[in-house]
Amino acid sequence: MIGRTAARRVLSLIVASVLAAALCGCAGGKTAKDSSGITIAIPQDIDSLDPHYMTAAGTKEVLFNVFEGLVKPDQAGDLVPAVAEDVTISEDAARYDFTIRKGILFHDGSSVKASDVKYSILRCAEAGINASLSAVKEIETPDDTHVSVILEQGDADFLCNLTCAIIPESNKEPAVKPIGTGPYKFVSRSPQENLIVTRFDDYWGTPAGIKDVTFKVEANADAVVMDLEGGSIDMYARVTSAQKDQLSDKFEIYTGAMNLVQALYLNNAYGPFSDVRVRRALCMLMDRQGVMNFVSDGEGSAIGSSMYPSFSKYFMPELNDLYETDVEAAKSLLAEAGYDSSSPLSFTITVPSNYQQHVDTAQVLAEQFAKGGVEVKINSVEWNTWLSDVYSARNYEATVVGVDASTLSATALLSRFHSKAGNNFINYNNPDYDKAYDKAMSSVDDSVRTECFKECERILAEDAANVYIQDLPCFVALNKKFTGYVFYPLYVQDVALLKPAAQ
Amino acid sequence: MAKFFSPFSDRFGKSAMFRTGFVISMAVLALALAGYVHTPFPPNAMDEGAKLAGISAGHLLGTDHLGRDMLSRLMAGTGMTLAIAFGTVMTGMAAGAFIGALCGYFGGIFDEVMMRVIDTLFAFPSILLALVFVSVFGSGRIHVMLALGIAFIPSFARTVRGEFLREKNRDYCMSARQHGISHMRIIFFHILPNIADVLISSALIGFNNAVLAEASLSFLGIGVQPPDSSLGRMLSESQQYLFKAPQMALLPGIVLVFSILGFSLMGEGVRNND
Repeated sequence: MIGRTAARRVLSLIVASVLAAALCGCAGGKTAKDSSGITIAIPQDIDSLDPHYMTAAGTKEVLFNVFEGLVKPDQAGDLVPAVAEDVTISEDAARYDFTIRKGILFHDGSSVKASDVKYSILRCAEAGINASLSAVKEIETPDDTHVSVILEQGDADFLCNLTCAIIPESNKEPAVKPIGTGPYKFVSRSPQENLIVTRFDDYWGTPAGIKDVTFKVEANADAVVMDLEGGSIDMYARVTSAQKDQLSDKFEIYTGAMNLVQALYLNNAYGPFSDVRVRRALCMLMDRQGVMNFVSDGEGSAIGSSMYPSFSKYFMPELNDLYETDVEAAKSLLAEAGYDSSSPLSFTITVPSNYQQHVDTAQVLAEQFAKGGVEVKINSVEWNTWLSDVYSARNYEATVVGVDASTLSATALLSRFHSKAGNNFINYNNPDYDKAYDKAMSSVDDSVRTECFKECERILAEDAANVYIQDLPCFVALNKKFTGYVFYPLYVQDVALLKPAAQ
Repeated sequence: MAKFFSPFSDRFGKSAMFRTGFVISMAVLALALAGYVHTPFPPNAMDEGAKLAGISAGHLLGTDHLGRDMLSRLMAGTGMTLAIAFGTVMTGMAAGAFIGALCGYFGGIFDEVMMRVIDTLFAFPSILLALVFVSVFGSGRIHVMLALGIAFIPSFARTVRGEFLREKNRDYCMSARQHGISHMRIIFFHILPNIADVLISSALIGFNNAVLAEASLSFLGIGVQPPDSSLGRMLSESQQYLFKAPQMALLPGIVLVFSILGFSLMGEGVRNND
């Protein structure tokens, strides 16, 4: 009886795999025939279609193609006008006057009005994901084409927050039927499967090079090489160095940086990690170069605080060497904190299983920590579990993950460590840090600001808020049928710049 | 009793199938047991200089992407997988046989209720049931063992119940009852040894399903947690390196095939001997 069930199970498995193979064949054939479409694999599903409520970096990088703010980042890392045509900033940096671009349309064909801009900024501020927007005191709309944003106090760096998506006030269902002004407009979305967008022909700027784009959710990162070679996907922006070496010459590999802060993030509210000696000991137990050699073949760039090298204005390379690898010193620090071989420090690293590089990093760290007598357990969880348990509920001890910057400003990386920040998922609480950060936010003078932000970085490093590792190298594999991939200093995939390769 | 477990006894000795299966299974088991005693390298020890190394005198079967010795990981992984499968079958068989025996022997309302519960459990695919269990109670080997064990209860319960229905009216049971021997004694000391054939062959086949189920769960990333190895975890980790280091996928794959083949042949051998 059991035997028959087993036989039936094997049979159904074979049938299922044959069917799957047949279906993959169909999909591959379709993309191959129709060169006006491209299928791009993304490592996780979209968490929200509502631009003001999305939190995952993986969502923002995709919807960058659908939504635009008054201004938007370009590939050099500067802010360029988007929905706004130009901007005038007052002397004290407390008043920003925008002129809305002439003739700019939403995807539904209606024109962008000042009231839509006001509605969007207020709605975005209300969502609270970008805390900096709470500095907006008032938004004036003297007519349909002019908008003035007035701040509580001057902030020379505020413009980068106005990349917040402009959406039409008339759209009652922004989470189901997203409408923006970007080069691509939304077509459909199947949860856990894909997001389909198509070129917006009335786009104000240079029209996109490829008409139809499918973002396919590829939760199993291990199948990427197969799918790329098989033709069911044309591009993947997170190819690991191991995968890169296996791809045939059908693919062009673009090399850049992922622009994120990969670290062992420590829940500072979790008992042992509330002691700075324990956190410092972990920093000393880590051999950063060793991790980088294992995980990214040594091609990443070392970081020592919550800032990555692309932000050259704020990045402080001297913090990388703050903690030399020193097992003995780490052991004596741990002993001071009350952990020795009879009562060793032990904790669990929760890691999202869809990111092989984070899972591998966790394994290498566990091995290195073991040298100092620290016992590490690894718990690999599915991405949605990670988001809800670790990021939202903060119910974890430590996690390996990469944190990106959503805007082109130091605040994007540093604001989350303020004790009052809503996205302070490591529960970091340091009055000195709050003071330095608040001082940066309140000063108009750019050099003072920069100094304060650097102070924040120094505090994070010296306080060993987290065990900082690296900015991972980024390899983008693009089928040679297409060309034109460009890296941004932000976590962004600008699909509009891609175009079919010359025949 | 002893002769059921003596493989070359008259009972199974004639079956070529059983003997082949026995030899294969013993080879796999030897690999796993050796892993518990000694491995050439610590199975989780990484070597930066030897990432994805091929076969060499130092690493007889090469290394994986973190420079860990494949042979050591294979030995430890086989041990882990077999241990989980063994625990699963034991949990499922102990609980299943107990429920099945009581239901089959006594019948009545207890039988009706229990069997409907079992039916409900049976309707769930075992992997799905294990998935639910693991997401609620957390992953790790003990949880996997329990989750799969529970999923295996129904098939054992049904098989044993059927056998008990048949056996309880046989002459030896009748006479035992007339001698005033207690029900529990009849169930466990008179009937149970008589259905050992069926139990053994069910256990062997169940063992195969358990090996596969552990591999599937670990492959999905929710079974055995890194850095520990199991056949499923090794397969899961090998996917990225299929072309660059095929040994990473081939070796655990081969061991998996052989363990299933061995126990299947043994199971068939026992059954065909009836």
